[in-house]
Amino acid sequence: MTIRQVKFARVAPVFVAAALALAGCGGSENAGTGTGESGGEQLSGPVVIDGSSTVKPLSATAGELFMEANRGVQVTVATSGTGGGFKKFCAGETDISNASRAITEAEKKLCADKGIKYTELQVANDALTVVVNKDNNWVDCLTVEQLKKIWEPNSKVKNWNEVDPKFPNEPMALYGAGSDSGTFDYFTSAINGKEGASRTDYNPTEDDNITVQGVSGSKGGLGYFGFSYFEENAGKLKALKVDGGKGCVEPSVKTAQDGTYTPLARPLFVYPSDAGLKKKQVEKFAEFYLEKNEEIVKTARFVPLTEEQKKKANEALAALKAQAGGK
Amino acid sequence: MTTTTVSFGERLRSGRRSSTASMVFTAVLWACMAIICAFLFFVLFTIIQQGVARLDGNLLDRQPSQIRPETAGVQSALFGTLWVIGLTAVIAVPLGIAAAVYLEEYADPKRWYNRLIELNIQNLAAVPTIIYGILVLAFVVRGPLSVGAVVLAGGVALALLILPVIIITTREALRAVPEEIRAGSLALGATPWQTTWKQVLPAAISGIATGTILSLSRAIGEAAPLILVGATTFITFNPDGVFSRYTTLPVQIYTLVPEDRDAYRDLAYATILLLIIVLLAMNAIAIWLRNRYQRRW
Repeated sequence: MTIRQVKFARVAPVFVAAALALAGCGGSENAGTGTGESGGEQLSGPVVIDGSSTVKPLSATAGELFMEANRGVQVTVATSGTGGGFKKFCAGETDISNASRAITEAEKKLCADKGIKYTELQVANDALTVVVNKDNNWVDCLTVEQLKKIWEPNSKVKNWNEVDPKFPNEPMALYGAGSDSGTFDYFTSAINGKEGASRTDYNPTEDDNITVQGVSGSKGGLGYFGFSYFEENAGKLKALKVDGGKGCVEPSVKTAQDGTYTPLARPLFVYPSDAGLKKKQVEKFAEFYLEKNEEIVKTARFVPLTEEQKKKANEALAALKAQAGGK
Repeated sequence: MTTTTVSFGERLRSGRRSSTASMVFTAVLWACMAIICAFLFFVLFTIIQQGVARLDGNLLDRQPSQIRPETAGVQSALFGTLWVIGLTAVIAVPLGIAAAVYLEEYADPKRWYNRLIELNIQNLAAVPTIIYGILVLAFVVRGPLSVGAVVLAGGVALALLILPVIIITTREALRAVPEEIRAGSLALGATPWQTTWKQVLPAAISGIATGTILSLSRAIGEAAPLILVGATTFITFNPDGVFSRYTTLPVQIYTLVPEDRDAYRDLAYATILLLIIVLLAMNAIAIWLRNRYQRRW
């Protein structure tokens, strides 16, 4: 029995070489992106953002545009959810928190305990639209109760006449957001009263195109998605008015902005911290977010701010900057 | 030393097939394999069909983009994956092999504490992966070390995750080395250290390398623990060190899928394809290493 001697050391260099190659690649890549030119003063350093997944497209768009102009800055946008984001924010781990609702009393206290000061900046309006087939001539408006009857967990509604006896006996084809999306979370909490609570026997999709095709292809179709997406497909579908208790309100930029289109419209916020704004790149980023707000909101497909909302956000930022600079 | 072992399969094939039970059993086995293959091919076919169009230069060249998903890439995630896996290997491989050598060559299996360690390693291999994420979140990202959501945290999480598997596979490889080699080496005057380093480890290298690479392949596809330690982040730059923020390919797929435009979905499929290619390459290396250094006694 002979043993061919194989030195352990013969394989070791493979690992070492791989590790070196890896280190080499990463380092040089970063150097490449770091040397980009930018107009005016050279900003650099991280801008750490976390929070709502609904607001992520906005902040990521803002970050991407900002980094195009300032190549040394590294904007990162994580998605821990509004609540998870505030936990990190109030622990001082992030510079800016994304939120699809205003900060709660409990979260305010959490931040106060840690000495984290912040301000609330509204950056966009979010609105959902309930759509039906263009040939649907029996319904223009649904109440929140009717929507809930259709969409609540274990709902047995299969025909339109089960929602209201005046409606025809037309089978209902339901299209909605997949359970991973912010749209789903928002719709279920606004209509069914609990985030994530929904009937499950509908066509869930993350792709709004499928909802458009499905609803426009079936007479009894019903679906929901973001308002800006409806605007792009307004010719193919009919948007329903929603009665949140104060009469039927049609979805529009105006009703979304002024808050009358309840409960399917809401403001979206970012919360920069006092400590974050002391860093030059975070301060410039927050300014950029408001200055280029229209472009950012349009690109990320949300409903823009009103002049008044814009003014309020700018004032809040100026006040916080004065406070941060004063110390 | 040539033994005339006949494999179980050969015996099956040469045996009489008259028994109905045997034929039914064979049919059931075939059906099982057909089901598994059908699923596998269906998944592969779907991924290739959907992803091949976006498997282009942009995928590797460009960074993720919120604005332009049509031409976006996943470079930061690819480099993030390489960094995290590199760090995982640097931490887990020496520790795992050293632990296995201790348990197999030095430890006295009759001692209660060695038995306790063995039992715990077996248990650790079965712990849900997300638990490692929580552990690292509590002690590395926050808590005593507080390094934040950086490459180091991801590397530590994955290293802890695969450490038990590396220890177990390395022990198997060491156990396969015949006792005569150790006895011969010691009888010729070699110290236990020389015996382990110059005889036992080289003899076991193919098993160790295969086990290690397969563990690393598993770690590369892992998303759950990394979601907890901060990889679910929109990042458009490559990591430049272990204290850099990062994202990885599986987590990138996880964040791309719920996006609402077709272009994101195509990008997700292409990223899955890229991950599969990376995995196949690693498994190919494992097979090559095994064949290259394998020997029989």
